[in-house]
Amino acid sequence: MAKKVALMQGNEACAHGALYAGCNFFAGYPITPSTEVAEVLSNELPKVGGKFIQMEDEIGATAALIGAALTGAKALDATSGPGMSLKQELIGYACIAEVPCVIVNVQRGGPSTGMPTGPGQSDMQQAMWGTHGDHAAIAISPASCQEIYEETVRAFNLAEKYRMPVQLQLDEICAHMREPVTFPEPGELEVIDREAPTVSPEDYKPYDDSQGQIPPLASFGSGYRYHVTGLNKAADGFPTTKAELVDAEERRQIAKVMDNLDDILKNEEYQLEDAEVVLFAYGSTSRSARYAVNELRKEGIKAGLFRPITVWPFPDERVAELAEQAKAIVCPEMNLGQMVREVERVAKGACLVSHIGRVDGEPINPGQIIDRVKEVL
Amino acid sequence: MAYDYEKSIRPGKLPHIWCPGCGHGIIMKGLIRAMDSCELDLKNTAVVSGIGCASRLPGYLDACTLHTAHGRAAAFATGVKMAKPEMTVLVVGGDGDGTAIGGNHFIHACRRNIDITYIVMNNNIYGMTGGQFSPCTPTGAMASTTPYGNPDPTFDISKLAIGAGATFVARGTAFHATQIDKLIAEGIRHKGTAVIEILDDCPTTYGRRNKFRSVVDMMKRLKDIAVPVAAAAKMTPEQLEGKVLTGVLYKEERPEYTEQYAQVIAKAQGA
Repeated sequence: MAKKVALMQGNEACAHGALYAGCNFFAGYPITPSTEVAEVLSNELPKVGGKFIQMEDEIGATAALIGAALTGAKALDATSGPGMSLKQELIGYACIAEVPCVIVNVQRGGPSTGMPTGPGQSDMQQAMWGTHGDHAAIAISPASCQEIYEETVRAFNLAEKYRMPVQLQLDEICAHMREPVTFPEPGELEVIDREAPTVSPEDYKPYDDSQGQIPPLASFGSGYRYHVTGLNKAADGFPTTKAELVDAEERRQIAKVMDNLDDILKNEEYQLEDAEVVLFAYGSTSRSARYAVNELRKEGIKAGLFRPITVWPFPDERVAELAEQAKAIVCPEMNLGQMVREVERVAKGACLVSHIGRVDGEPINPGQIIDRVKEVL
Repeated sequence: MAYDYEKSIRPGKLPHIWCPGCGHGIIMKGLIRAMDSCELDLKNTAVVSGIGCASRLPGYLDACTLHTAHGRAAAFATGVKMAKPEMTVLVVGGDGDGTAIGGNHFIHACRRNIDITYIVMNNNIYGMTGGQFSPCTPTGAMASTTPYGNPDPTFDISKLAIGAGATFVARGTAFHATQIDKLIAEGIRHKGTAVIEILDDCPTTYGRRNKFRSVVDMMKRLKDIAVPVAAAAKMTPEQLEGKVLTGVLYKEERPEYTEQYAQVIAKAQGA
């Protein structure tokens, strides 16, 4: 039987990917350019018995998201720049309370209201450092409608597996462009659900890591009674100020991500084997970079593309190798220098790192990249 | 025989953090009696709070307890109830948490008429941070951030809840301890958003700054200002000056939010 193929926007692909992943709860607040995610799910979720709620503000949306997730729901929230800024406190809450959920940020121009209908990639460092306090983050930047669909499924998987919020860092171009999306068959993509506790309700401790870095999460209403708080807490979930317990918990919550990079990181490498100049690009900008690689190769310039799909945690190891291999790494991004900071940190001066930044609401075109590559070589 | 509160208290979690003379403990006991009289299954009861002294209450109860971020309790509770309507969802918190930073979530929970019971422990002050004025600090009163007297007008929380669409609104006081459980229980049994405002005292950060010489004085104030709704009906406006109505202030039947959404699901599924 032929698979279902549909022409759709990135935002629509995101909504359908969420449904494939088993998303059964959406809480959000209208904001351009993310609104289609909410519109599609308001229509589709009740068909499968799921719930859609439009909350009174962005903060309330993330609060409802976390509340629903604690009952066992697979919960999604979608927003853009200003909304993402508002959500930051509760993203930290989901980190420390270890509540699985997925938050989509369709990046637009900024700061503040900025350019609501223009593309941006200017919330990339926010995805890591937006909420206060030390914590780990997982963020994903897909570059096509098909990939948005599939990476939304993966975002849910990572959220469920690592018991934490996962951010999908789309950009307005990917979110609003239309491409054919092939719907995977049920079972074709892996779908992970959170691990439920095997101990009795009497013995359950929501942050007990004696059986592994990621303690199982019991759903509210499933027979387990426990406490959830945003305060630093001990294994039993109750607040503590004991230095050694606070320290161990904070470190575990970061280690559960950083010790599992093989599982969490995902990159695409294109023409990198003999590359003398590496383009480091993600999201819609990587499409221009790929075009630039092809054009440069036609002229005999050994260019290649490194495209992180998981953008946080940052792929330190592989970028460091590429910095050793290449004469230069060129980083085009629709901001004035965000992920290039990571490239520079990791390259440690092993090669030239050159940034192409654009914040005028226009995409970075291949010509800009080609020109820069020729300049630096 | 003395009432057995222990069965609803988490083992090992007492003593509580509240100051001597604070009414929060009286309200918690009322809440426990109410939960008991409604025969709530604590495994299927979520008690949600924000931040502040009152918001520490859920940790003492042996239920599914969720101590969230400042002001956001109603929104978290909305998520819990929406995702799992079969759970009983209670919210507890203070006046600042609920009506200042959390005001938006508070009024919208009321508007939706989602079946949660919100207990506001109104002690007229931000206690945990040391006594700054809240939206419920009386005009002219002293607080740590109103050294010349409070210039702000106040919220009447119960009126706010009625205006926003809550379908059950009641008010009690920490002095009238035996009434608290009855008001909360009626709120829990009510289908829809129920707001129970309990006037409370904070001797540590409010009383001392406002010439209350003792906790007894603060409790006497609660006793003196409270007028039951039925009694108030026979009083003149002059007699009611400075008084606060207590009892069930408002009640109506209106479609509950999760039931409304169940109809959305039925429509979407072509039923």
